[in-house]
Amino acid sequence: MAKVPASLESLTEEYGPHLNYTPPGGWQDAAHEGPEKLVKTHCCFCGQQCGIQLRVRGSRVVGFEPWEDFPFNRGMLCPKGVKRYLQGSHPDRLLDPLLRSDHGFRKATWDEALDFTARRLREIQERYGKDAVAIYGGASLTTEKAYLLGKFARVALGTRHIDYNGRLCMVSAGVAYKLALGIDRSPLPWSDIPKAQVLLIVGANIGECAPITTDYVWRCRENGGKLIVADPRMTPITRNADLYLPVRPGTDLALLLGMLHVILREGLEDREFIQAHTTGFAEVAASVQGWDPRTAAEYSGVPPEAIERAARWFAEAGRAIALHARGTEHQSKGVENCLAIINLCLATGNIGRAGAGCAMITGQGNGQGGREHGQKCDQLPGARSLLDPEARAHVARVWGIQPEELPQAGLTAEEIMEAIHRGEIKALLSMCFNPLVSLPDANYTREALEGLEFFGVVDFFLSETAQLADVVLAGSLQEEEEGVTCSTEGRVIHIQKAVDPPGNAREDSWIYCELARRLGKGRYFSFTSPREIFDELREASRGGVADYYGITYEKIDRQMGVFWPCPSLDHPGTPRLYEDLHFHQPDGKARFLVTEWRESGDPVDRDYPVYLTTGRVVSQYLSGTQTRRIGALVDQYPEPRVEMHPRLASRLGIAQDDWVTVATRRTEITLRASVVRTIRPDTVFIPYHWPHDRSANRLTHRTLDPRSKIPEFKVSACRVQKAARPGGKA
Amino acid sequence: MFGYEFYVDPSRCIGCQSCVQACAECDTHRGHSMIQFDFIDRRETIATAAFVCWHCEDPTCAQVCPADAIKKYDDGVVGSSLKPRCIACSNCVLACPFGIPKLMAPQQQMMKCDMCYDRTSAGKRPMCATVCPSQALAYVPPEVIARERREKAMNTFWFGEQKITTKVFMMVPAEKSEVHVDVADYIWEAEDALVSQTE
Ligand code: SF4
Repeated sequence: MAKVPASLESLTEEYGPHLNYTPPGGWQDAAHEGPEKLVKTHCCFCGQQCGIQLRVRGSRVVGFEPWEDFPFNRGMLCPKGVKRYLQGSHPDRLLDPLLRSDHGFRKATWDEALDFTARRLREIQERYGKDAVAIYGGASLTTEKAYLLGKFARVALGTRHIDYNGRLCMVSAGVAYKLALGIDRSPLPWSDIPKAQVLLIVGANIGECAPITTDYVWRCRENGGKLIVADPRMTPITRNADLYLPVRPGTDLALLLGMLHVILREGLEDREFIQAHTTGFAEVAASVQGWDPRTAAEYSGVPPEAIERAARWFAEAGRAIALHARGTEHQSKGVENCLAIINLCLATGNIGRAGAGCAMITGQGNGQGGREHGQKCDQLPGARSLLDPEARAHVARVWGIQPEELPQAGLTAEEIMEAIHRGEIKALLSMCFNPLVSLPDANYTREALEGLEFFGVVDFFLSETAQLADVVLAGSLQEEEEGVTCSTEGRVIHIQKAVDPPGNAREDSWIYCELARRLGKGRYFSFTSPREIFDELREASRGGVADYYGITYEKIDRQMGVFWPCPSLDHPGTPRLYEDLHFHQPDGKARFLVTEWRESGDPVDRDYPVYLTTGRVVSQYLSGTQTRRIGALVDQYPEPRVEMHPRLASRLGIAQDDWVTVATRRTEITLRASVVRTIRPDTVFIPYHWPHDRSANRLTHRTLDPRSKIPEFKVSACRVQKAARPGGKA
Repeated sequence: MFGYEFYVDPSRCIGCQSCVQACAECDTHRGHSMIQFDFIDRRETIATAAFVCWHCEDPTCAQVCPADAIKKYDDGVVGSSLKPRCIACSNCVLACPFGIPKLMAPQQQMMKCDMCYDRTSAGKRPMCATVCPSQALAYVPPEVIARERREKAMNTFWFGEQKITTKVFMMVPAEKSEVHVDVADYIWEAEDALVSQTE
């Protein structure tokens, strides 16, 4: 039974989060003497994957220096990147494997911890079948680690169930791009953004969640481009928007259908392009007939004239780009929303050329690369389908097994948690994932995890989820193992190893190879370095959609990144997809796909009359496992607050800083109010980086988009009330 | 750094505070940030602004210093107080029309933005302007600003009757060439004076 073995207080006392403010050795002169080396690598946090140089002294990372030659960010960094170096020597860092004891955890040797883990996994598989064990991975892992994890699940364990926290990130966009265009990757490099004449930004808090992209957006404006922003909140980039569309949470689709309606009504579509390069236009045209601006306005809360203006600007520009992120993707119709954005681009011929197209902005560091090489439940390396016999044969050959030995597709991340809750999955091995904070309906997640017969975690800090584990294997930070990631642009970049893992912590890939050996599958996992894993990955991806065969570490360093597909060693890579207007479909044509309107899975009503939407703040990253330990970042935004409009606040008698209780159909939490005019009066916003009684995800619901299985984090129904004090229900 | 100038464009600021965090990482003021950062009025707007020292041509802080502890270097940068000389009297803190110098209590010394003198004097860009993701703080050659920005660079401020010309430039809408700031407003509402004038 995976119950927290000790009180929260005593675990926090021992494992944090504590706040670290100072570099190892302190700020004083003594710590700055002696030789120092600069390691050119990338930020460990978001999908921008900024180039950064780590300052290394002895065996420790002691600071950073901007890397101005790296073309994507040219030295720019957000506060998270500036302070990331404070993790390696953090006092909370796990330096040994931990085994659960009567009153918390005790240190263990690697042999003890790995033997125990392998034995429990084997016992459970023997008793309940192979699929009783599930693997969780994450999109902050290097691509080598993600690849290794996919192979570990399929070859070492033979389970169907492996999925990753990217399922909570942008899978809806991935599904839409694959359906319509054939490739799950943003079709354009970021250098296209300043060339657009109109930028349409839908549900993307760029200033806080993709900060470096701000400069690209501002450059577009300096060049005379117009900026349209659709969001229920005025986020920082809205300050320079030429047109702001205050879309009601969960109704982006209505806005987008209304825009397409206007474009077709006014004959602004690009008939030649549609005729020559697409299919399905007639059906889509028929489906938007009922979405006149008036109707779209009733659904979305955006004035009809604004919808018309946005549509005309977008269609009349010679070059328009639509950017989108979690706001529109985290919905139970996330795939439809993204398809509707693609439809707008196809209808206006905006794709495949400089300054024109659509792009999803990845959230997690390796959000792109982490979903290409096999830690998704239905996918094999090279973005191949696990259902495709040819793909199975190819990968089985590279792995030296029979295609029949490869399991079939398994469940997605939230579905795995539900199968655990039902008692069907008995054991979970998780790395780079903090589901207790990041999955929706956190109380349900806790119940599920507490019912596990075995729970193993690989992590470098004891996350809230790891507190429930039977064994915690002390793994490595990004700067402690070499590898590659793929940035939001589709650019594969090189993560350098700067230092060894501290104490008895080990490289993540070593941990999985050792486990495989103990499971009797060592011969498939004889890797001694990430480079060997990468070389096998290149072969496994060869000929696939995400073809990495022509990419090497050296080529990445030489070219400052290589855009995939890159099928051969002399191929330069592919910054912009579809330049020949040949799409990755059997007939070479892009597909218009009809998008049906659906209600949210947690609709507002008389009892729960206010929309709740969740998201991020600039100084924290995802579930906060790392950033809630960095003092300066915590000081910048110490506590989650409930953002609400003065109109809603005054109706409820709530003033700035008052305690307010937000209740949904799941449970309630109590936080302080932040009263601002920059949010719709029918909506409240809570950032989700915190656990326990400050956890926004206690409030969210488990409705999934039917195709991509992304949860609907951006739309819940809630009731808001003034409270006397913090606290409230669990 | 030769041929480079410092430009501040509050209209680009996204409030991320990267400058604040990076400033504290600079070797001349380890652990202390010298950036002036403000949410203009968070209830009403998302607008934010970040400023560095303006590095006045004729710096008021140096004029009022009884100990002659504040130096303007040859390249126009006005430094922090010289440690052995500073008597922590706070004259400069009170006199600076922009409210830049800070008295650091533990070491009893005035510190201020010195444009990362260890960096700029050695051919590197200042921390804040290098990392700024929106380039609201930019350290680039003047021709780049002229070519790439719609706004115009200006460096003359009026505080009532007092005209101040600065090394650091402010980006303002093309039709303006000087910014008028009421001293009284500035003293009582330090955070919004400069920005509200330009928007
Ligand atoms: S968190 Fe993202 S934007 Fe910030 S420095 Fe890291 S990669 Fe760049």
